[in-house]
Amino acid sequence: MSAQMQSQEELRDLYRELILDHARSPRHFGKLEGATHSAEGINPLCGDKLRIYFSIDPDGHISDAKFEGSGCAISVASASLLTDTVIGLKTDDALDFFSALVSRLSGRAKTGDHESTVDLGKLVALEGVKEFPSRVKCATLAWHALNSAIHDGSAPVTTE
Amino acid sequence: MTMSEQINKVTELAASQSGVEKCRQDFPCLTQSISGHPLVYLDSAASSQQPLAVIEKVVEYQSHDHANVHRGVHTLSHRATEAYEGARDVIQKFINAENRSEVVYTSGTTESINLVAQSFCRPKMTTGDKILITHLEHHSNIVPWQLVCEQTGAELLVTPIDEAGEVDIDTLFSQLDSGVKILAIAHVSNALGTLIPLKKVIEKAHSLDVPVLVDGAQAVPHIPVDVQELDCDFYALSGHKMFGPTGIGILFGKEKLLDAMPPYQGGGDMILEVSFAGTTYNDLPYKFEAGTPNISGAVGLGAAVNYLQAVGMNAVSTYEHELLQYMSGQLGQVDGVRLIGTAADKASVQSFLLDDIHPHDLGTILDHEGVAIRTGHHCAMPVMDFYGVPGTARASLALYNNRDDIDRLVAALATAKEIFGR
Repeated sequence: MSAQMQSQEELRDLYRELILDHARSPRHFGKLEGATHSAEGINPLCGDKLRIYFSIDPDGHISDAKFEGSGCAISVASASLLTDTVIGLKTDDALDFFSALVSRLSGRAKTGDHESTVDLGKLVALEGVKEFPSRVKCATLAWHALNSAIHDGSAPVTTE
Repeated sequence: MTMSEQINKVTELAASQSGVEKCRQDFPCLTQSISGHPLVYLDSAASSQQPLAVIEKVVEYQSHDHANVHRGVHTLSHRATEAYEGARDVIQKFINAENRSEVVYTSGTTESINLVAQSFCRPKMTTGDKILITHLEHHSNIVPWQLVCEQTGAELLVTPIDEAGEVDIDTLFSQLDSGVKILAIAHVSNALGTLIPLKKVIEKAHSLDVPVLVDGAQAVPHIPVDVQELDCDFYALSGHKMFGPTGIGILFGKEKLLDAMPPYQGGGDMILEVSFAGTTYNDLPYKFEAGTPNISGAVGLGAAVNYLQAVGMNAVSTYEHELLQYMSGQLGQVDGVRLIGTAADKASVQSFLLDDIHPHDLGTILDHEGVAIRTGHHCAMPVMDFYGVPGTARASLALYNNRDDIDRLVAALATAKEIFGR
Protein backbone atom coordinates (compact mmCIF):
# COMPACT_ATOMS: atom_id res chain seq x y z
CA MET A 1 0.00 0.00 0.00
CA SER A 2 1.34 3.43 -0.87
CA ALA A 3 2.06 5.94 1.89
CA GLN A 4 -0.73 8.16 0.57
CA MET A 5 -3.30 5.37 0.66
CA GLN A 6 -2.24 4.26 4.12
CA SER A 7 -2.49 7.84 5.30
CA GLN A 8 -6.00 8.16 3.84
CA GLU A 9 -7.08 4.96 5.59
CA GLU A 10 -5.76 6.23 8.91
CA LEU A 11 -7.70 9.46 8.45
CA ARG A 12 -10.93 7.60 7.67
CA ASP A 13 -10.25 5.38 10.67
CA LEU A 14 -9.89 8.45 12.91
CA TYR A 15 -12.95 10.25 11.59
CA ARG A 16 -15.29 7.23 11.52
CA GLU A 17 -18.96 7.89 10.94
CA LEU A 18 -19.77 7.18 14.60
CA ILE A 19 -17.23 9.78 15.76
CA LEU A 20 -18.48 12.40 13.30
CA ASP A 21 -22.07 11.65 14.31
CA HIS A 22 -21.33 12.19 18.01
CA ALA A 23 -19.29 15.32 17.23
CA ARG A 24 -22.12 16.81 15.17
CA SER A 25 -24.91 15.79 17.55
CA PRO A 26 -23.42 15.28 20.98
CA ARG A 27 -25.60 13.19 23.33
CA HIS A 28 -26.43 14.40 26.84
CA PHE A 29 -25.13 17.87 26.06
CA GLY A 30 -25.74 20.65 28.57
CA LYS A 31 -25.58 21.32 32.27
CA LEU A 32 -26.92 18.64 34.64
CA GLU A 33 -28.99 20.32 37.32
CA GLY A 34 -28.63 18.65 40.70
CA ALA A 35 -25.40 16.88 39.77
CA THR A 36 -23.60 15.28 42.71
CA HIS A 37 -20.19 15.20 41.00
CA SER A 38 -18.54 17.26 38.28
CA ALA A 39 -15.09 18.08 36.95
CA GLU A 40 -13.53 20.23 34.27
CA GLY A 41 -11.08 19.08 31.62
CA ILE A 42 -9.01 21.78 29.92
CA ASN A 43 -6.28 21.48 27.31
CA PRO A 44 -5.17 25.09 27.16
CA LEU A 45 -2.82 24.66 24.19
CA CYS A 46 -5.58 23.00 22.14
CA GLY A 47 -8.40 25.16 23.42
CA ASP A 48 -10.50 22.13 24.41
CA LYS A 49 -12.63 22.88 27.46
CA LEU A 50 -15.25 20.45 28.79
CA ARG A 51 -17.20 20.11 32.03
CA ILE A 52 -18.70 16.75 32.89
CA TYR A 53 -21.54 16.29 35.39
CA PHE A 54 -22.74 13.12 37.12
CA SER A 55 -25.56 12.18 39.43
CA ILE A 56 -24.22 9.34 41.52
CA ASP A 57 -26.60 7.43 43.82
CA PRO A 58 -25.53 6.61 47.37
CA ASP A 59 -25.05 2.97 46.25
CA GLY A 60 -22.46 4.08 43.68
CA HIS A 61 -24.57 3.90 40.51
CA ILE A 62 -24.28 6.69 37.95
CA SER A 63 -27.91 7.63 37.36
CA ASP A 64 -27.24 10.48 34.93
CA ALA A 65 -24.39 12.18 33.10
CA LYS A 66 -24.12 15.29 30.93
CA PHE A 67 -21.38 17.50 29.57
CA GLU A 68 -20.91 20.96 28.17
CA GLY A 69 -18.09 22.91 26.60
CA SER A 70 -16.29 23.05 23.28
CA GLY A 71 -13.50 21.22 21.57
CA CYS A 72 -12.42 19.38 18.46
CA ALA A 73 -14.48 16.56 16.93
CA ILE A 74 -12.46 13.91 18.76
CA SER A 75 -12.78 15.43 22.25
CA VAL A 76 -16.50 16.20 21.86
CA ALA A 77 -17.29 12.76 20.39
CA SER A 78 -15.33 11.10 23.19
CA ALA A 79 -17.26 13.04 25.85
CA SER A 80 -20.56 12.20 24.16
CA LEU A 81 -19.67 8.49 23.97
CA LEU A 82 -18.60 8.66 27.62
CA THR A 83 -22.00 9.86 28.79
CA ASP A 84 -23.73 7.21 26.64
CA THR A 85 -21.49 4.53 28.12
CA VAL A 86 -21.44 5.28 31.84
CA ILE A 87 -25.11 6.05 32.60
CA GLY A 88 -26.34 3.09 34.64
CA LEU A 89 -22.88 1.82 35.49
CA LYS A 90 -21.34 1.55 38.94
CA THR A 91 -18.51 4.06 39.38
CA ASP A 92 -15.97 1.21 39.63
CA ASP A 93 -17.04 -0.09 36.23
CA ALA A 94 -16.88 3.43 34.76
CA LEU A 95 -13.33 3.75 36.11
CA ASP A 96 -12.52 0.41 34.46
CA PHE A 97 -13.49 1.92 31.11
CA PHE A 98 -11.35 4.97 31.92
CA SER A 99 -8.18 3.00 32.61
CA ALA A 100 -8.77 0.55 29.75
CA LEU A 101 -9.36 3.32 27.22
CA VAL A 102 -6.42 5.45 28.34
CA SER A 103 -3.96 2.56 28.34
CA ARG A 104 -5.16 1.22 24.98
CA LEU A 105 -5.22 4.56 23.17
CA SER A 106 -1.78 5.46 24.45
CA GLY A 107 -0.45 2.04 23.44
CA ARG A 108 0.53 1.11 26.99
CA ALA A 109 -1.85 -1.83 27.34
CA LYS A 110 -0.15 -5.24 27.23
CA THR A 111 -1.78 -8.50 26.16
CA GLY A 112 -3.16 -10.22 29.23
CA ASP A 113 -3.50 -6.98 31.24
CA HIS A 114 -6.84 -6.35 32.86
CA GLU A 115 -7.08 -3.20 30.70
CA SER A 116 -6.71 -5.15 27.48
CA THR A 117 -9.55 -7.55 28.38
CA VAL A 118 -12.23 -4.89 29.02
CA ASP A 119 -14.87 -4.95 26.27
CA LEU A 120 -14.89 -1.33 25.06
CA GLY A 121 -18.15 -1.72 23.14
CA LYS A 122 -18.71 1.24 20.84
CA LEU A 123 -15.76 3.06 22.42
CA VAL A 124 -13.57 1.06 20.02
CA ALA A 125 -14.52 3.79 17.54
CA LEU A 126 -11.99 5.95 19.37
CA GLU A 127 -9.14 3.54 18.63
CA GLY A 128 -8.37 5.37 15.37
CA VAL A 129 -6.45 7.97 17.42
CA LYS A 130 -3.71 5.43 18.16
CA GLU A 131 -2.11 6.41 14.84
CA PHE A 132 -2.27 10.10 15.81
CA PRO A 133 -0.13 10.55 18.94
CA SER A 134 -0.87 14.30 19.08
CA ARG A 135 -4.63 13.60 19.26
CA VAL A 136 -4.67 10.96 22.04
CA LYS A 137 -4.96 13.80 24.55
CA CYS A 138 -8.16 14.94 22.83
CA ALA A 139 -9.76 11.50 23.08
CA THR A 140 -8.85 11.00 26.74
CA LEU A 141 -9.68 14.47 28.13
CA ALA A 142 -13.30 13.71 29.09
CA TRP A 143 -12.23 10.42 30.65
CA HIS A 144 -9.66 12.07 32.88
CA ALA A 145 -12.38 14.49 33.93
CA LEU A 146 -14.60 11.50 34.79
CA ASN A 147 -11.82 10.05 36.93
CA SER A 148 -11.41 13.38 38.69
CA ALA A 149 -15.16 13.87 39.24
CA ILE A 150 -15.62 10.41 40.77
CA HIS A 151 -12.67 11.09 43.08
CA ASP A 152 -14.10 14.51 43.96
CA GLY A 153 -11.19 16.36 42.34
CA SER A 154 -11.68 20.11 42.37
CA ALA A 155 -8.82 21.27 40.15
CA PRO A 156 -9.37 21.09 36.37
CA VAL A 157 -7.61 18.16 34.72
CA THR A 158 -5.50 18.36 31.60
CA THR A 159 -4.04 15.77 29.25
CA GLU A 160 -1.46 18.03 27.60
CA MET B 1 12.63 59.00 -12.48
CA THR B 2 13.15 58.74 -16.26
CA MET B 3 11.49 56.03 -18.30
CA SER B 4 14.72 54.07 -18.72
CA GLU B 5 15.37 54.27 -14.95
CA GLN B 6 11.87 52.96 -14.34
CA ILE B 7 12.43 50.08 -16.75
CA ASN B 8 15.73 49.30 -15.05
CA LYS B 9 14.05 49.27 -11.66
CA VAL B 10 11.28 46.93 -12.84
CA THR B 11 13.85 44.61 -14.43
CA GLU B 12 15.89 44.60 -11.24
CA LEU B 13 12.82 43.74 -9.23
CA ALA B 14 11.86 40.91 -11.57
CA ALA B 15 15.40 39.56 -11.38
CA SER B 16 15.45 39.69 -7.60
CA GLN B 17 12.01 38.05 -7.41
CA SER B 18 13.12 35.13 -9.51
CA GLY B 19 16.05 34.97 -7.07
CA VAL B 20 13.60 34.57 -4.21
CA GLU B 21 11.82 31.77 -6.05
CA LYS B 22 15.08 29.84 -6.19
CA CYS B 23 15.50 30.04 -2.40
CA ARG B 24 13.39 26.96 -1.81
CA GLN B 25 16.18 24.62 -2.90
CA ASP B 26 18.45 26.04 -0.17
CA PHE B 27 16.27 24.48 2.55
CA PRO B 28 16.93 20.73 2.93
CA CYS B 29 14.01 20.17 5.30
CA LEU B 30 11.56 21.11 2.55
CA THR B 31 12.62 18.28 0.24
CA GLN B 32 10.80 15.50 2.06
CA SER B 33 7.43 13.78 1.91
CA ILE B 34 4.82 13.59 4.66
CA SER B 35 2.20 10.84 4.35
CA GLY B 36 3.36 10.26 0.78
CA HIS B 37 2.92 13.92 -0.25
CA PRO B 38 5.74 16.43 -0.83
CA LEU B 39 5.87 18.65 2.26
CA VAL B 40 4.15 22.03 2.07
CA TYR B 41 5.43 24.04 5.03
CA LEU B 42 3.09 26.90 5.94
CA ASP B 43 4.04 27.28 9.60
CA SER B 44 7.00 29.65 9.47
CA ALA B 45 5.34 32.09 11.89
CA ALA B 46 5.78 29.37 14.52
CA SER B 47 9.31 28.51 13.44
CA SER B 48 11.03 28.81 10.09
CA GLN B 49 13.22 26.19 8.42
CA GLN B 50 16.97 26.71 8.09
CA PRO B 51 18.93 27.08 4.86
CA LEU B 52 21.96 24.86 4.31
CA ALA B 53 24.16 27.96 4.78
CA VAL B 54 23.03 28.20 8.41
CA ILE B 55 23.20 24.46 9.11
CA GLU B 56 26.71 24.22 7.63
CA LYS B 57 27.95 27.31 9.45
CA VAL B 58 26.86 25.85 12.79
CA VAL B 59 28.44 22.47 11.94
CA GLU B 60 31.67 24.22 10.92
CA TYR B 61 31.73 26.23 14.15
CA GLN B 62 31.01 23.18 16.32
CA SER B 63 33.49 21.03 14.36
CA HIS B 64 36.46 23.40 14.35
CA ASP B 65 36.10 26.60 16.36
CA HIS B 66 34.24 25.94 19.57
CA ALA B 67 35.53 27.14 22.93
CA ASN B 68 34.23 29.59 25.52
CA VAL B 69 34.14 33.23 24.48
CA HIS B 70 35.92 36.26 26.03
CA ARG B 71 37.96 34.05 28.35
CA GLY B 72 40.86 32.00 27.06
CA VAL B 73 44.09 33.10 25.42
CA HIS B 74 44.18 30.00 23.26
CA THR B 75 43.40 29.87 19.55
CA LEU B 76 39.99 28.25 19.77
CA SER B 77 38.73 30.75 22.32
CA HIS B 78 39.91 33.50 20.02
CA ARG B 79 38.12 31.94 17.03
CA ALA B 80 34.91 31.42 19.03
CA THR B 81 34.97 35.03 20.20
CA GLU B 82 35.56 36.26 16.66
CA ALA B 83 32.62 34.21 15.36
CA TYR B 84 30.32 35.30 18.19
CA GLU B 85 31.21 38.99 17.97
CA GLY B 86 31.34 38.92 14.17
CA ALA B 87 27.71 37.74 14.14
CA ARG B 88 26.81 40.69 16.37
CA ASP B 89 28.30 43.07 13.81
CA VAL B 90 26.31 41.41 11.03
CA ILE B 91 23.08 41.76 13.01
CA GLN B 92 23.86 45.36 13.93
CA LYS B 93 24.17 46.29 10.25
CA PHE B 94 21.06 44.28 9.34
CA ILE B 95 18.76 46.23 11.67
CA ASN B 96 20.88 49.38 11.27
CA ALA B 97 21.64 49.91 14.95
CA GLU B 98 23.97 52.87 15.43
CA ASN B 99 26.32 51.01 17.73
CA ARG B 100 27.20 47.35 18.32
CA SER B 101 26.82 47.91 22.08
CA GLU B 102 23.09 48.30 21.44
CA VAL B 103 22.79 44.70 20.21
CA VAL B 104 22.27 42.32 23.16
CA TYR B 105 22.08 38.57 22.65
CA THR B 106 19.15 36.92 24.43
CA SER B 107 17.45 33.54 24.16
CA GLY B 108 14.73 35.09 22.00
CA THR B 109 11.98 37.69 21.83
CA THR B 110 10.41 36.47 25.07
CA GLU B 111 13.58 36.99 27.06
CA SER B 112 14.22 40.33 25.34
CA ILE B 113 10.81 41.63 26.46
CA ASN B 114 11.19 40.25 29.98
CA LEU B 115 14.58 41.94 30.21
CA VAL B 116 13.08 45.33 29.38
CA ALA B 117 10.09 44.75 31.66
CA GLN B 118 12.28 43.88 34.64
CA SER B 119 15.37 46.07 34.12
CA PHE B 120 13.95 49.14 32.41
CA CYS B 121 10.38 49.30 33.62
CA ARG B 122 10.09 47.69 37.03
CA PRO B 123 12.61 49.88 38.89
CA LYS B 124 10.85 53.10 37.92
CA MET B 125 7.23 51.99 38.14
CA THR B 126 4.95 52.70 41.06
CA THR B 127 1.28 52.37 41.97
CA GLY B 128 -0.94 54.12 39.44
CA ASP B 129 1.64 54.17 36.62
CA LYS B 130 0.42 52.78 33.32
CA ILE B 131 1.80 50.33 30.76
CA LEU B 132 0.17 50.33 27.31
CA ILE B 133 -0.12 47.29 25.02
CA THR B 134 -2.61 46.38 22.25
CA HIS B 135 -5.26 43.69 21.96
CA LEU B 136 -3.34 41.78 19.27
CA GLU B 137 -0.16 41.08 21.26
CA HIS B 138 1.38 37.63 21.62
CA HIS B 139 1.33 36.31 25.21
CA SER B 140 5.04 37.13 25.44
CA ASN B 141 4.18 40.82 25.04
CA ILE B 142 1.36 40.62 27.62
CA VAL B 143 2.47 38.45 30.52
CA PRO B 144 5.85 40.16 31.24
CA TRP B 145 3.93 43.44 31.69
CA GLN B 146 1.30 41.80 33.90
CA LEU B 147 4.17 40.61 36.10
CA VAL B 148 5.50 44.18 36.39
CA CYS B 149 1.98 45.38 37.25
CA GLU B 150 1.73 42.76 40.01
CA GLN B 151 5.17 43.71 41.31
CA THR B 152 4.66 47.49 41.29
CA GLY B 153 0.94 48.20 41.41
CA ALA B 154 1.04 49.63 37.90
CA GLU B 155 -1.97 49.34 35.60
CA LEU B 156 -2.08 47.62 32.19
CA LEU B 157 -3.96 49.49 29.45
CA VAL B 158 -4.98 47.71 26.24
CA THR B 159 -5.70 49.41 22.92
CA PRO B 160 -8.64 47.75 21.13
CA ILE B 161 -8.65 46.26 17.62
CA ASP B 162 -11.43 46.26 15.05
CA GLU B 163 -13.05 43.39 13.13
CA ALA B 164 -10.36 43.53 10.42
CA GLY B 165 -7.64 43.17 13.06
CA GLU B 166 -6.43 46.77 12.83
CA VAL B 167 -5.28 48.55 15.98
CA ASP B 168 -7.48 51.56 16.82
CA ILE B 169 -4.81 54.23 16.38
CA ASP B 170 -6.98 57.14 17.60
CA THR B 171 -7.63 55.35 20.88
CA LEU B 172 -3.95 54.39 21.11
CA PHE B 173 -2.98 58.06 20.76
CA SER B 174 -5.40 59.20 23.47
CA GLN B 175 -4.27 56.38 25.78
CA LEU B 176 -0.63 57.43 25.23
CA ASP B 177 -1.59 60.82 26.61
CA SER B 178 -2.82 59.44 29.93
CA GLY B 179 0.44 59.07 31.83
CA VAL B 180 1.76 55.92 30.14
CA LYS B 181 5.32 54.91 31.13
CA ILE B 182 5.96 52.52 28.21
CA LEU B 183 4.23 51.35 25.04
CA ALA B 184 4.91 47.72 24.09
CA ILE B 185 3.59 46.86 20.64
CA ALA B 186 4.00 44.24 17.92
CA HIS B 187 5.42 45.20 14.54
CA VAL B 188 3.44 42.38 12.86
CA SER B 189 0.69 40.40 14.62
CA ASN B 190 1.53 36.68 14.81
CA ALA B 191 -2.12 35.61 14.80
CA LEU B 192 -3.57 38.07 12.28
CA GLY B 193 -0.64 39.34 10.22
CA THR B 194 -1.58 42.98 10.82
CA LEU B 195 1.32 45.34 10.08
CA ILE B 196 1.33 48.22 12.58
CA PRO B 197 2.09 51.74 11.24
CA LEU B 198 4.96 51.99 13.69
CA LYS B 199 6.59 55.16 12.50
CA LYS B 200 3.66 57.41 13.27
CA VAL B 201 2.90 55.52 16.50
CA ILE B 202 6.46 55.98 17.73
CA GLU B 203 6.51 59.66 16.69
CA LYS B 204 3.36 60.28 18.69
CA ALA B 205 4.65 58.32 21.70
CA HIS B 206 7.92 60.25 21.70
CA SER B 207 6.09 63.57 21.48
CA LEU B 208 4.59 62.56 24.84
CA ASP B 209 7.92 61.21 26.18
CA VAL B 210 6.69 57.61 26.14
CA PRO B 211 9.39 55.06 25.26
CA VAL B 212 8.41 52.27 22.86
CA LEU B 213 9.33 48.59 22.81
CA VAL B 214 8.61 46.76 19.54
CA ASP B 215 8.01 43.00 19.38
CA GLY B 216 9.57 42.40 15.99
CA ALA B 217 9.58 38.59 15.95
CA GLN B 218 7.12 38.35 13.05
CA ALA B 219 8.45 41.34 11.11
CA VAL B 220 12.19 40.81 10.70
CA PRO B 221 12.02 37.77 8.35
CA HIS B 222 9.51 39.48 6.05
CA ILE B 223 10.13 43.24 5.76
CA PRO B 224 13.16 45.54 5.95
CA VAL B 225 13.66 46.79 9.53
CA ASP B 226 15.71 49.88 10.35
CA VAL B 227 15.68 50.67 14.07
CA GLN B 228 17.13 54.16 13.55
CA GLU B 229 14.50 55.07 10.98
CA LEU B 230 11.75 53.70 13.25
CA ASP B 231 13.40 55.48 16.18
CA CYS B 232 12.12 52.73 18.52
CA ASP B 233 13.69 52.55 21.97
CA PHE B 234 13.76 48.74 22.11
CA TYR B 235 13.30 46.11 19.40
CA ALA B 236 13.03 42.39 20.20
CA LEU B 237 13.52 39.53 17.74
CA SER B 238 13.99 35.74 17.60
CA GLY B 239 16.52 33.78 15.54
CA HIS B 240 14.28 30.80 14.80
CA LYS B 241 11.62 32.89 13.07
CA MET B 242 14.22 34.22 10.61
CA PHE B 243 15.91 31.00 9.44
CA GLY B 244 18.32 30.83 12.38
CA PRO B 245 18.53 28.39 15.30
CA THR B 246 16.19 28.27 18.31
CA GLY B 247 17.32 29.63 21.68
CA ILE B 248 18.94 32.78 20.28
CA GLY B 249 17.49 36.23 19.81
CA ILE B 250 18.29 39.91 20.07
CA LEU B 251 17.31 42.86 22.16
CA PHE B 252 18.15 46.13 20.46
CA GLY B 253 18.07 49.04 22.91
CA LYS B 254 19.16 52.65 22.60
CA GLU B 255 22.53 52.97 24.29
CA LYS B 256 21.57 55.70 26.74
CA LEU B 257 18.62 53.59 27.97
CA LEU B 258 20.57 50.32 28.24
CA ASP B 259 23.38 52.18 30.00
CA ALA B 260 21.07 53.45 32.74
CA MET B 261 19.46 50.05 33.34
CA PRO B 262 20.58 47.62 36.06
CA PRO B 263 21.67 44.12 34.91
CA TYR B 264 18.93 41.55 34.29
CA GLN B 265 20.91 38.57 35.55
CA GLY B 266 24.15 38.26 37.47
CA GLY B 267 27.01 35.91 36.63
CA GLY B 268 30.19 35.54 34.63
CA ASP B 269 30.94 37.77 31.63
CA MET B 270 28.70 40.62 32.84
CA ILE B 271 31.27 41.91 35.36
CA LEU B 272 34.48 43.90 35.30
CA GLU B 273 35.52 43.23 38.88
CA VAL B 274 34.00 41.15 41.65
CA SER B 275 34.79 41.26 45.36
CA PHE B 276 32.63 40.50 48.36
CA ALA B 277 32.43 44.24 48.99
CA GLY B 278 30.79 44.80 45.62
CA THR B 279 30.88 44.26 41.88
CA THR B 280 31.57 46.53 38.94
CA TYR B 281 29.46 45.66 35.93
CA ASN B 282 30.85 45.17 32.47
CA ASP B 283 30.24 47.57 29.59
CA LEU B 284 27.38 47.23 27.12
CA PRO B 285 26.25 44.90 25.71
CA TYR B 286 28.01 42.41 28.04
CA LYS B 287 26.28 43.81 31.14
CA PHE B 288 23.19 41.95 29.90
CA GLU B 289 24.92 38.73 28.83
CA ALA B 290 25.56 36.85 32.06
CA GLY B 291 26.98 33.35 31.81
CA THR B 292 28.35 31.40 28.85
CA PRO B 293 26.08 32.42 25.97
CA ASN B 294 24.50 30.41 23.15
CA ILE B 295 27.57 30.80 20.95
CA SER B 296 26.61 28.42 18.15
CA GLY B 297 23.14 29.97 18.13
CA ALA B 298 24.64 33.41 17.61
CA VAL B 299 26.89 32.09 14.85
CA GLY B 300 23.86 30.48 13.18
CA LEU B 301 21.84 33.67 13.50
CA GLY B 302 24.67 35.62 11.89
CA ALA B 303 24.64 33.14 8.98
CA ALA B 304 20.85 33.49 8.68
CA VAL B 305 21.16 37.28 8.48
CA ASN B 306 23.86 36.95 5.82
CA TYR B 307 21.50 34.69 3.88
CA LEU B 308 18.60 37.17 4.15
CA GLN B 309 20.85 40.04 3.09
CA ALA B 310 22.10 38.11 0.08
CA VAL B 311 18.49 37.60 -1.06
CA GLY B 312 17.65 41.19 -0.15
CA MET B 313 14.86 42.23 2.20
CA ASN B 314 13.17 44.43 -0.38
CA ALA B 315 12.95 41.49 -2.76
CA VAL B 316 11.68 39.23 0.06
CA SER B 317 9.06 41.76 1.06
CA THR B 318 7.80 42.31 -2.50
CA TYR B 319 7.69 38.56 -3.25
CA GLU B 320 5.88 37.66 -0.02
CA HIS B 321 3.42 40.53 -0.33
CA GLU B 322 2.24 39.24 -3.69
CA LEU B 323 2.13 35.66 -2.38
CA LEU B 324 0.10 36.64 0.69
CA GLN B 325 -2.42 38.42 -1.51
CA TYR B 326 -2.70 35.28 -3.64
CA MET B 327 -3.15 33.09 -0.53
CA SER B 328 -5.79 35.32 1.07
CA GLY B 329 -7.59 35.57 -2.28
CA GLN B 330 -7.57 31.81 -2.90
CA LEU B 331 -8.65 30.97 0.66
CA GLY B 332 -11.38 33.60 0.52
CA GLN B 333 -12.86 31.90 -2.54
CA VAL B 334 -13.27 28.53 -0.80
CA ASP B 335 -16.91 27.97 0.12
CA GLY B 336 -17.23 28.02 3.92
CA VAL B 337 -13.94 29.79 4.67
CA ARG B 338 -14.02 32.69 7.11
CA LEU B 339 -10.87 34.80 6.95
CA ILE B 340 -9.72 36.10 10.35
CA GLY B 341 -7.45 39.14 10.05
CA THR B 342 -8.15 41.25 6.98
CA ALA B 343 -6.18 44.42 7.72
CA ALA B 344 -5.14 46.55 4.76
CA ASP B 345 -1.43 46.21 5.55
CA LYS B 346 -0.32 42.70 6.43
CA ALA B 347 2.68 40.41 6.32
CA SER B 348 3.05 36.64 5.99
CA VAL B 349 0.03 35.40 7.94
CA GLN B 350 -3.55 34.39 7.12
CA SER B 351 -5.76 32.93 9.85
CA PHE B 352 -9.03 31.29 8.87
CA LEU B 353 -11.82 28.90 9.81
CA LEU B 354 -13.51 26.33 7.55
CA ASP B 355 -17.23 25.73 8.13
CA ASP B 356 -17.69 24.52 11.71
CA ILE B 357 -14.67 22.21 11.53
CA HIS B 358 -12.51 22.64 14.62
CA PRO B 359 -9.03 23.95 13.71
CA HIS B 360 -7.37 20.88 15.25
CA ASP B 361 -9.35 18.51 13.09
CA LEU B 362 -8.45 20.64 10.09
CA GLY B 363 -4.77 20.59 11.10
CA THR B 364 -4.74 16.79 11.36
CA ILE B 365 -6.40 16.32 7.95
CA LEU B 366 -4.10 18.84 6.27
CA ASP B 367 -1.08 17.14 7.80
CA HIS B 368 -2.17 13.90 6.15
CA GLU B 369 -2.18 15.77 2.86
CA GLY B 370 1.41 16.87 3.56
CA VAL B 371 0.40 20.45 4.44
CA ALA B 372 1.78 21.81 7.73
CA ILE B 373 -0.16 24.69 9.26
CA ARG B 374 -0.59 25.92 12.82
CA THR B 375 -3.88 25.45 14.62
CA GLY B 376 -5.01 26.78 17.97
CA HIS B 377 -4.83 30.12 19.73
CA HIS B 378 -1.31 31.04 18.52
CA CYS B 379 -0.36 32.28 22.02
CA ALA B 380 -2.81 35.13 21.49
CA MET B 381 -5.87 34.07 23.53
CA PRO B 382 -7.24 37.65 23.79
CA VAL B 383 -7.34 37.80 19.98
CA MET B 384 -9.32 34.53 19.87
CA ASP B 385 -11.70 35.88 22.53
CA PHE B 386 -12.20 39.02 20.43
CA TYR B 387 -13.37 36.95 17.46
CA GLY B 388 -15.30 34.56 19.70
CA VAL B 389 -13.43 31.47 18.45
CA PRO B 390 -11.48 28.81 20.38
CA GLY B 391 -8.69 29.02 17.83
CA THR B 392 -7.99 29.36 14.14
CA ALA B 393 -6.12 27.60 11.39
CA ARG B 394 -3.15 29.75 10.41
CA ALA B 395 -1.11 29.52 7.22
CA SER B 396 2.07 31.57 7.33
CA LEU B 397 4.53 32.24 4.54
CA ALA B 398 8.26 32.61 4.21
CA LEU B 399 10.51 33.32 1.27
CA TYR B 400 10.65 29.60 0.34
CA ASN B 401 6.89 29.27 -0.29
CA ASN B 402 5.27 29.57 -3.71
CA ARG B 403 1.86 29.48 -5.39
CA ASP B 404 1.96 25.68 -5.66
CA ASP B 405 2.04 25.51 -1.84
CA ILE B 406 -1.11 27.60 -1.65
CA ASP B 407 -2.87 25.54 -4.32
CA ARG B 408 -2.02 22.42 -2.29
CA LEU B 409 -3.46 24.05 0.84
CA VAL B 410 -6.70 24.88 -0.95
CA ALA B 411 -6.93 21.36 -2.40
CA ALA B 412 -6.43 19.87 1.08
CA LEU B 413 -9.33 21.95 2.39
CA ALA B 414 -11.56 20.11 -0.09
CA THR B 415 -10.49 16.80 1.51
CA ALA B 416 -11.42 18.17 4.93
CA LYS B 417 -14.83 19.24 3.67
CA GLU B 418 -15.38 15.80 2.18
CA ILE B 419 -14.46 13.96 5.39
CA PHE B 420 -16.73 16.19 7.44
CA GLY B 421 -19.49 15.89 4.86
CA ARG B 422 -19.66 19.62 4.24
